[in-house]
This record gives sequence, structure tokens and C-alpha cells, in this order.
Amino acid sequence: MSLHTDSGPTVIAPAPRQRHAAPGSGRRFRSWLDLKAVPYLLISPYFLLFAVFGLFPLAFTFWYSLYDYDLTGSEKWVALGNYAELLSDSQFWTAVVNTLAMFVIATVPQLLLALMLANALNKRFRGQLFVRMGVLLPLVTSVVAVAVVFTQLYGRDWGMVNWILSWFGVDPIDWKAERLPSWLAIATMVDWRWTGYNAIIFLAGMQTIPRDLYEAAAIDGASRRRQFWQITVPMLRPTMIFVVLNSTIGGLTLFAEPIMFYGGRIEGGSNNQFQTVAMFIVQKGFNEFEYGYASGAAWLLFLMILIGSLINFLLIRRIGGRK
Amino acid sequence: MNDNRRRGRSIAAAVAATAALTLAAACGGGGDSGGSGGTAESGAPAQPVTITLQTFGGGKNFGYEEAVKKWNAENPNIQIKHVNLTDQFEQVYWPQMIQWLTAGQGAGDVIGIDEGGMGLAKAHPEWWTDLAEYGLDKRKGDFAEWKWQNGIDASGKLFGLGTDIGGMSICYRRDLFEKAGLPTDRDEVSKLWPTWDAFLETGQKFQEKVKDAKFVDGTNTIYNVMLVQEAAKNGNVAYFDTNNNLIVDSNPAVKTAFDYSVKLSQAGLTAKLRNFTDEWNTGFKKSQFATLGCPSWMLGVVSGAAGDEFKGKWDVAAVPGGGGNWGGSWLAVPKQSKHPKEAAQVLDYLTGKDAQVSVFNFAGNMPSNTQAQQDPAVQTAKDEYFNDAPKGEIFAKSAAELQPVFLGVKHAQVKNAVEQVVAAVDDGSVPADQAWQKLVDDAKKAAD
Repeated sequence: MSLHTDSGPTVIAPAPRQRHAAPGSGRRFRSWLDLKAVPYLLISPYFLLFAVFGLFPLAFTFWYSLYDYDLTGSEKWVALGNYAELLSDSQFWTAVVNTLAMFVIATVPQLLLALMLANALNKRFRGQLFVRMGVLLPLVTSVVAVAVVFTQLYGRDWGMVNWILSWFGVDPIDWKAERLPSWLAIATMVDWRWTGYNAIIFLAGMQTIPRDLYEAAAIDGASRRRQFWQITVPMLRPTMIFVVLNSTIGGLTLFAEPIMFYGGRIEGGSNNQFQTVAMFIVQKGFNEFEYGYASGAAWLLFLMILIGSLINFLLIRRIGGRK
Repeated sequence: MNDNRRRGRSIAAAVAATAALTLAAACGGGGDSGGSGGTAESGAPAQPVTITLQTFGGGKNFGYEEAVKKWNAENPNIQIKHVNLTDQFEQVYWPQMIQWLTAGQGAGDVIGIDEGGMGLAKAHPEWWTDLAEYGLDKRKGDFAEWKWQNGIDASGKLFGLGTDIGGMSICYRRDLFEKAGLPTDRDEVSKLWPTWDAFLETGQKFQEKVKDAKFVDGTNTIYNVMLVQEAAKNGNVAYFDTNNNLIVDSNPAVKTAFDYSVKLSQAGLTAKLRNFTDEWNTGFKKSQFATLGCPSWMLGVVSGAAGDEFKGKWDVAAVPGGGGNWGGSWLAVPKQSKHPKEAAQVLDYLTGKDAQVSVFNFAGNMPSNTQAQQDPAVQTAKDEYFNDAPKGEIFAKSAAELQPVFLGVKHAQVKNAVEQVVAAVDDGSVPADQAWQKLVDDAKKAAD
């Protein structure tokens, strides 16, 4: 018994300690949960969704790009064969050139115009809200509706653009058959829809620039123009990076407008005059059922966007870089 | 028929009309009706079954509007829901259908397949319901041997029954011919062009007098008409030989038809419009061209695209260079159908004599069903729109002699690639001297 009673406290003694320690570690666990885990838990839905709908398809696409996979036929491992074939496929390169050309033709004037527009909208005038909303209006129209209307405007025989050009003695242009005109036509569709959107983002960025900077500059005798280039533009840099990256991604994945421009056909003109890389992928994947080949093209487009975004990011970072 | 019959603008109208008809039919009386081929309707199901019929082509497309209306009125327990998905076969309908068939869901209970898709369809027996299980093998006597044989897949099972075939003609505008000082009577017009060279010469005469319209729509309709005629002279093969080897570069039929279409374009006789585009439809309304190649199913396309204001101004003449078969379709029941028995009954009816006669009168698609071909209602049919042209006489007579052209497994893809170049030569984006090489290269790429 004595042994028993003796050992009693030794058995019991650690118990309170344990009992004491338990709430301690619980608190630690809870605070760990609170500070470290919960934030991750809370943002995890995004990452889970991204993993399921972003990362997995990305990896799966890459996996299939290593196969010669014909939906209606066979499946055969070809390693990088699809990529080698793509790089020597003249239609792919036509699509790359078309995409880049339309991106440049559409985006450069669009962003400059949006910047000017935002600057104008940033001043005080009557009906401010109305005009600002109006600028956004094209964005809410459906891409297809825009494309249908513009396609009619750019008709070869009965289009309004050719009719107006005829006043100046210009021969009718076959907008869908000639390469440069087709690019211009599609670029105007893109610009009509997206210039206002970018202008509003620029405008939001401009309104975060402190007023006193302008006041100080005005007191020092800086002209409006000087204020714009030396205060507005450098201070807008973060906004610009966002807008440019967004436009790069949008421009390089251009799809709906050129498809509608050719009556819903995926080839983008009789000689692929305005077929973009995104259209090329769909044609190969879903019209010709070469899934592997299309997957390879999708990965090349992904790389193209990465590189394009990087170049643009570096360029924009230098804007007003004297700091 | 070929890739399209008509523009898709009437898809919505067709769907709405079918929906309305279904409603109306629900109030209609019962009454028995089996297929004309003789499968008995055994024990109508307790719950009304809806059979979805999917087709392609705009406007009158398969011409089933009246036939479906009649069926729905007589069969309250099996209602046909006709959905015409699109006007484009190779580019839209068939790729989508292949995905549905591969995925195991999405396809209708009865679907239309153009001749260009049959090669691939036959190579995939796992996609189809065996129609012989529902007694449709009895229908063999209703069809020409080739039309029947093409409905049998690689495993030897019957999966598809023929709808229409495409006899040849040339559609022309009487008023524009008159303006050009050419005869307008269809027999005299037919005599103008016994050969394709004479057709070209007539075009040049036309073009001398008429400046605001072109002689033909574009390169593509004439190219296709000529291709099947020439194919008949070269062993009835077009882009593939019967072993499925690509023969675009060695089959003289392709080169002859292509060269002729280039010649038409270079002579300035084409309006440079590609068929089944919006511009082409506008071309009908604006009288931009005076003729086009017209397989029987094209009559419905023309009358739909041009509209009532041109009724009686169009007419049908003989085609230079003899007959040929461009287009024609089959109906099949996908394996995934939940009501294969009822679907087979509907298919039986739609390919049967009564429905096919109704189709011919409604849309002009020449039946492949030989009983329908011999029906007096078909033989003596006239087309009001085409100045009362005796379309029965024009198409039914040649129908029996039509020879099928063998189409390979990847015919649809190659056809698409080739027609791109045929259009590109016309719009000038590919120089004529490089076009043939491009055609061969692109066809090879598409086939591989």
C-alpha cells in the first residue's frame, strides 16, 4: 500500500502538469491555427479551384502535348515531336505573326487613347458621371454583336467603310482577303470595346495621385502638359503595369472577333489571313481532333504570353524611370 | 448534301416552329402509323417519349418540317423534336457530333450525317445502334445498292439509312440572262452549254453585256459539281482511294475541277463569293450573280436565301458534262440514345416513302428511297419558285443512274482544306501559280 501510496503522488504529480500543459499547447495550437493555418485555409478555396481548373489542365495539357493523340484514332508517345512539328508548321507561324501584329496594331493606339481619355475625364466638368459611365458602355455589349456589326461595316461589296472610302477615290478593299486590312478591321473591333475600360482603370489610378503634387508643380510654373508627363505618367506606373499585362494576355488570346469576322469559321480567312494562335489551337484540337498537337500549340501560346508579358513589364517599369 | 443547305438564321425559327408544332400535336388525335418500310409499332410506351432529331443546314435543311408535323399529330406517344444545329457540316456540326459520340452523351436520338462524314462514322461501330435489331434490315429493297451499303459500318452492322442524294443541275437567273441577250427558256439554256468550255464561253458573252452582276457566284459550287463528275470518270474516287490513301495530287479529277475553277475566276466571271457565307446570301438579294452549281438540295437553299422577291426569276437548266452526285445524307441512331426502339421507328418513318415524298415537295431534296423516286408525286413535281421547273423530271430521272463517289475516313477534313484554297484563289490571297501546290500540301496536312 505504502508503495502504492508512495507512487501515488508520482503518478498524480505529472498529471496536473500534463493537465496544465494541455491547455497551454491547446492555446498554442489555437494561436498557430489562428495565425498560420486559418489564413491559408481561408484562401485555400481559390488555390483548390486553381489547382483543379488551372494547374491540373495545364499539366494535363502538357502531358498530352507529348502524345500523338487523335480523338477518333490512336494515342502514341512522341515526346517533343509535336513541338518540333509545330515549329516547322507554316500555318502556326502565320497565326503567330497574325496574333502579334493584331496585338500591336490594337493595343498601342488603344492604350495611348485610353490614357488621353482618362486625362480628359480626370478634369472637372458638367455631366462627369454620365460621360465616365458612357465610356464604359461598349464593354457591356456582347463581343458577337460588336463583331457582327463591324463585319458588316467592313463588307467588301456593301460595307459602309468602303462606301466612305469611295468618296476619296479609293477602290473597294476586300477586308477579309487582304492581310493588313483584315488586321486593321479586327483591331478596331478590339479597340472599340476595350479603350473605355482601360480609360476607366487609368482614371481610377489618376485619382489616387495627391492633388498637392499638381498644386506645387503649378506654383512652380509647370504647364499642364509637363504636369501630365512628369507627374501623372510616372505616378501611374503600377496601374500601367496592370493594364499592359491585362492587354497583353487579352491581345494574345484574341479569339471571338476574328472568328465572327469570317462568319463563324475557325480558319480566319481563306488563307488564314487573320487566324490567331487561339483559333489555330481550336481548329487543330476540335475540328481536326489532333489533341496532342493542339495541346503543344497551347503550351507555346502560354510561353508566348509569358515572354510577351515579361517584355512589356520591363518596358513599362522604365517609364518615367528617373526617380 | 454538302456541308450546308442553308443559312442558320432560320435555326431559331425552325426550333420555335417545331416546338409550336409539338404543342399543337399534343392536342391531336392518336391513330397508328408505322414506318412505310413496315416495322410494326408494338405497344406504345405509357409515357410519351421525345425523340430528338438533330440535323444540319439552314432553312428547309433536311426538309422534314411537314413530315415531322404529320408524325407528331399521329403519334402522341412518340414526339419528334427536330433541332437543326447549324448550317455548316464540316466546320461545326460534325466536329461537335464527334465529340458527343466519343463522350457518350449530347447526341440526339436520330442524327443526320452528310456523305463526307460517313467514312469516319463507319470506322466507329461502337458509336451506333444496330438498326437490324429493330427490323430495319427489311428496308434493303428501298434503296440503291450503294446507298444501302454505305449505311453498314466496319463491323458489318446496319447503322444508317439514306435520306437524299444530290443530282446535278445549274440554277440560273432568267431576268439576268435576258439582260445579257441570252435565251431564257430552260431547254435552250441547257443547249448553250453541252460542255464546260461552252459554259465558260457563255459566261464571257454574259459578262460582255452585264457589268453589275457576275456569271457565277464563286469558284466553289462549280468546283464541287465538276469534281464529282470527273470523279465518276476516274474510278469514282475523289480525295482518297478505296484503301483510304490520299490521292489529291494524283487523281486527275481534282486537278481538272480545280483548274477549271481557277479559269473561271481568272476570266473575271466569279462574284468572288464563297457559298454558305453571309456575303453569299446577300449576293442573292443583291443579284450579284446569275448562275450557280445546283445539286437537288441546293434548290431549297436558293429559294430560302433569295427569298420571295426572286420567285419565278430563278430557273433550273441541265449541267454541262453530264450527271454526278454531290452530297446526300444518312440518318443514324447513336448508341447513347435512351430510346433506341422509338428512335429506330422514327428513323424508319423519316427515310420511308411518304416522308421522303413530302421532303421532295417541300424542299427539293431528291430522295434516295427508290419507291419515293418512282412516286408520281415526285416524278411530276414542279417547283413554283423556279418558274415551275419540272424538278421531278430533272432530278428523278438521273437519280437511278447516280454513281457514288468513294469518300475516305478523313474526307471532311480534306474537303475543308481544299475548299479553303479554292476560295483563296478566287479572292486573290493565294496566287494562282502557287495555289495547286498549296492545295496538295494543305490536303496532306489535313489528312495526316
